[in-house]
Amino acid sequence: MRLWVLILAAIILSFISLFIGAIDIKPADLLDWDSQQAQIFLISRVPRLLAIILAGAGMSIAGLIMQSLSRNKFVSPTTAGTLDAAKLGILISILLFSQAAYMQKIIFSFVFAFAGTILFMQILDRIKFKDPVFVPLIGIMYGNILSSITTFFAYEGDLIQNINTWLMGSFMLIISGRYELLYVSVPAIILAYLYANKFTVAGMGEDFAKNLGLSYKAVLNLGLILVAIISTTVVLTVGVIPYLGLIVPNIVSIYMGDNLRKTIPHTIVLGVVFLLICDIIGRVVVYPYEIPVNVTVAVIGSLLFLIMLFRGRAYAK
Amino acid sequence: MRSNIVKLIVLAIIGIICILLYGFYDIKGGFDYAFPRRMMRVGAMVVTGFAIAYSTVVFQTITHNRILTPSIMGIDSMYEVVQTLIFFFAGSSSIWVVNQYLNFTTALAAMILFALLLYRTIFRADKYPIYLLLLMGMIIGTFLGSSVSFLQVLIDPVEYLSLQNLLFASFTRIKVELLFIASIILLISFILGYKLLHQLDVASLGRENAINLGVNYDRLVMQVLVLSSVLIATSTALVGPITFFGLIVANLSYHFFATYRHSVLILGAGLFSVIALVGGQFLVEHVFEFNTTLSVIINFVGGIYFIYLLLKESRAAG
Repeated sequence: MRLWVLILAAIILSFISLFIGAIDIKPADLLDWDSQQAQIFLISRVPRLLAIILAGAGMSIAGLIMQSLSRNKFVSPTTAGTLDAAKLGILISILLFSQAAYMQKIIFSFVFAFAGTILFMQILDRIKFKDPVFVPLIGIMYGNILSSITTFFAYEGDLIQNINTWLMGSFMLIISGRYELLYVSVPAIILAYLYANKFTVAGMGEDFAKNLGLSYKAVLNLGLILVAIISTTVVLTVGVIPYLGLIVPNIVSIYMGDNLRKTIPHTIVLGVVFLLICDIIGRVVVYPYEIPVNVTVAVIGSLLFLIMLFRGRAYAK
Repeated sequence: MRSNIVKLIVLAIIGIICILLYGFYDIKGGFDYAFPRRMMRVGAMVVTGFAIAYSTVVFQTITHNRILTPSIMGIDSMYEVVQTLIFFFAGSSSIWVVNQYLNFTTALAAMILFALLLYRTIFRADKYPIYLLLLMGMIIGTFLGSSVSFLQVLIDPVEYLSLQNLLFASFTRIKVELLFIASIILLISFILGYKLLHQLDVASLGRENAINLGVNYDRLVMQVLVLSSVLIATSTALVGPITFFGLIVANLSYHFFATYRHSVLILGAGLFSVIALVGGQFLVEHVFEFNTTLSVIINFVGGIYFIYLLLKESRAAG
């Protein structure tokens, strides 16, 4: 698949995304900047599109970074507890400061996402038995344990409803002023591109990386910090979007191979296209209501993942 | 063998103590009100405990492993899928919902089919290693679960309320009207299943050996799958899905009674279930006074235990 085909698809889907919604907006309405339609377009539709693009690109890149660092195709924010740790962080910031400010939530969520992923990577190092399927299995369970801790404290603090709003990933509530945190992932993505080759080398293992003159610990930490930043910003603004970081890099890797410099642009655009499709489906099926995007992503994502598992055992190695 | 009988008796006594504690602890004033209600819950927990214990142990015997359980493979999610589909296509006032027996039988039929399909496609062939099966099971569970939520959003809100009423069961919201039917189903299954126990003892030697020793293996597998689907359907309808519970009690039983006899293993796992459920509920409600449901704690403990088992297995394999 050529990159320009993907980009063309992304542009067409973006255009569709801009003009779907409860209020009918036609391109002609935008000529009159003071009209109600134009206002809605600027306050709701454009921010929504930008949020989808940023979240889709960010989560896919986060998955790609994790997969090259761990050299395992099935490691991603969903299958390594990163997203669950970020949720736990938000919950603890709410429990500690009864009216947690936005900044406190960001810091806690980031620290937990980072520490949680590091802890998982440590567990991975201890495991001698590196079956490619074994790792995500442990990761999913690890996420479930973190998540049950979150549920436990949420019950104690009467916050179940509150956490359920971030359990649900959705672009419904995105309007201008509520998504700008996502721009933080732009420098993260650029850094990921610049360091792509180093991530690959670091994935070869500590000894190998050191032999090539790479500061292994620094590169590993940088990669995980980028993953934690992206995950935190997405969980805080949109909610949890599962499977994206798992599916998209794998699809790209199937048709493009594993040269990160080449695959990063494809991963970004495919992530955007995938998320746009899911969001559009969710908005069209029960129009004028909406199905939260995480549900659509989970249905399509888990199905694709299953197909990959059934046919791709040789490929995963 | 005799030491195992002693162990079973000790477990049974602990179980009875748990039940008495749960029944009588801090029961001020409204004895007539509280006691029957507590006993109803105890009844449901006993039925669920034995149902899960039986289905997990026999499932693990015919699949030759000690990590996979029916609920990890997503068989109990099938119950929710069928109920949601019924509401989606037929609606809450259709005969499929109004007639409780028809409703239950439909769900049951689908679960049995799903269990057979799983067995035929991925277990029987022996081509997938155990970790892949586990991961597939989990992802199948996620897929079914998220498809259910997808359909539930599409259902008319009024219909959805009655669907939720049907699906939303837990240890604190046990469906008492189902308890009677569930106990009868459990009793019949155990009487029918009793005859299978000796065959299962032989089946744990592996398919070829069992056939050599005169067991009609394929028929046995069929009977066991049907029977455990019935029990899973019953317990899911009664208290909702509890993913890791079967895993914990079955493995406790394997370690505690070093035997291959299914009568002992199943009884032991059942008693462990009763102790864990009733004792756990007692601790949650009266000692710690948590707001949390028992399932959250079971999932936490079960999750850690599951990772421990996986790591142990992986050391053996690597």
